[in-house]
Amino acid sequence: MLISRNINLSVINSLHSILTLFKKDLLLEVRQQYTFYGVILYVASTIFVLNLAMEHPEDKVWNGLFWMIQLFICVNAVAKSFLAESRGRMLYFYTIAGARDFVLSKLLFNAVLMIVMSLVSMGLFFLLLGNPISNPWRFTGIVCLGGFSISLVFTFLAAIAARAQQNAAMMAIMGFPLIIPQLMLLMKISSVAFADVIQSGLGQLIMLLTGLDVLVIVLAVILFPFLWKD
Amino acid sequence: MRQYWWKILSIVLLLYTFIAGLLIKVPTIGNLYETIRNLFFHVPMWFGQLILVTVSLVYSIMYLRKPKPHYDIMATEFARTGSVMGVLGLITGMIWANYTWGAPWNNDPKQLGAAIALLIYLAYFVLRNSMTDLDKRGRVAAVYNIFAYFIYIPMIMVLPRMVESLHPGGKGVEGNPGFGGDSLDPTMRVVFWPAVLGWTLLGTWISTLNVRIKTLEDKKHFS
Repeated sequence: MLISRNINLSVINSLHSILTLFKKDLLLEVRQQYTFYGVILYVASTIFVLNLAMEHPEDKVWNGLFWMIQLFICVNAVAKSFLAESRGRMLYFYTIAGARDFVLSKLLFNAVLMIVMSLVSMGLFFLLLGNPISNPWRFTGIVCLGGFSISLVFTFLAAIAARAQQNAAMMAIMGFPLIIPQLMLLMKISSVAFADVIQSGLGQLIMLLTGLDVLVIVLAVILFPFLWKD
Repeated sequence: MRQYWWKILSIVLLLYTFIAGLLIKVPTIGNLYETIRNLFFHVPMWFGQLILVTVSLVYSIMYLRKPKPHYDIMATEFARTGSVMGVLGLITGMIWANYTWGAPWNNDPKQLGAAIALLIYLAYFVLRNSMTDLDKRGRVAAVYNIFAYFIYIPMIMVLPRMVESLHPGGKGVEGNPGFGGDSLDPTMRVVFWPAVLGWTLLGTWISTLNVRIKTLEDKKHFS
């Protein structure tokens, strides 16, 4: 009984530190307002240029463009999440929380940030590139899931890139090949929002995507402590 | 102690692959005709690539558990030879596709998977070379190697099931993403499996030679 209580206590402890670190990231974001508005501006200008280039594209082009733009948004939004932490501060986090708590809080924060960004860019897409979606609610759900999935992979790659003291270019080199399975699944899943009929096997695709997400989280939790050590 | 027998075995198996692979009577399947002989050269290279890259993964894990420089060198050189095998597999596949499908590149899921694999491992080398601190380089590269491998494997499982394929061994979208081992004709099997072993052993041989060169170079710098 004592052991189970100890486990419970450590779970509560790490949950607490994850939430605290998450809150710290959120506060920094609210106070500095650098990533959020920076990326919003990035999204808006990209989509505006797209609007000038092709006005209202076809369904397939719309879908492809949408997910490609998500990719670039993610690289920009997530890249700074580890670079912003100086060495001294990392050492400090190491003393108050474990490596696992730290990476989980980053994953959580970036996932939330990316979901917000995806929703904003979806709104801008509707506004500037027309709305070919026949089922907006379903598409909104898919967009949330997509932003979540993409952010996980890039958060971990941002940790690697930060360790190698590299910039966003390195993230793109490492990330674009690795994100392809998620991206292809997302494009396939989101094609259902363009039609009224639900394709068979949709549930299986979503399960597959969720499985990949779980895999990425597990890998991040296992591998991050090795990146952390200096 | 160095063992020679497997190097001799590799030469013998590859000689056998080339002689028997080009001379035996092959079954006629569909529109493949004589191009089916590519099975002895193209497919074993991908088997070899996968095996060498898996060896690289094992050494990366070992490096993280115990950071010995030797493990790092092993992981790098096996990944390097694996990538070379991958390039050869891609080229042999493209030559074959040019005659069978009419164009060297058809956006076939297997071709996409192959291209992605090469991109992943090229990124691995770029990442490695971007760092100068040996210890950090070994660690970060090992982490990326493990992360990439575990995404790469589900990808080559998922990708072929999502895109229609012309590639033999897969039955449309439903088919096995790799290669239909059970449907392999017995006469083909006689050459195919020795070929896989031969190419893999050759890759291992090249890798170990590179490892020895690298180790000697490092010794020169650090003594």
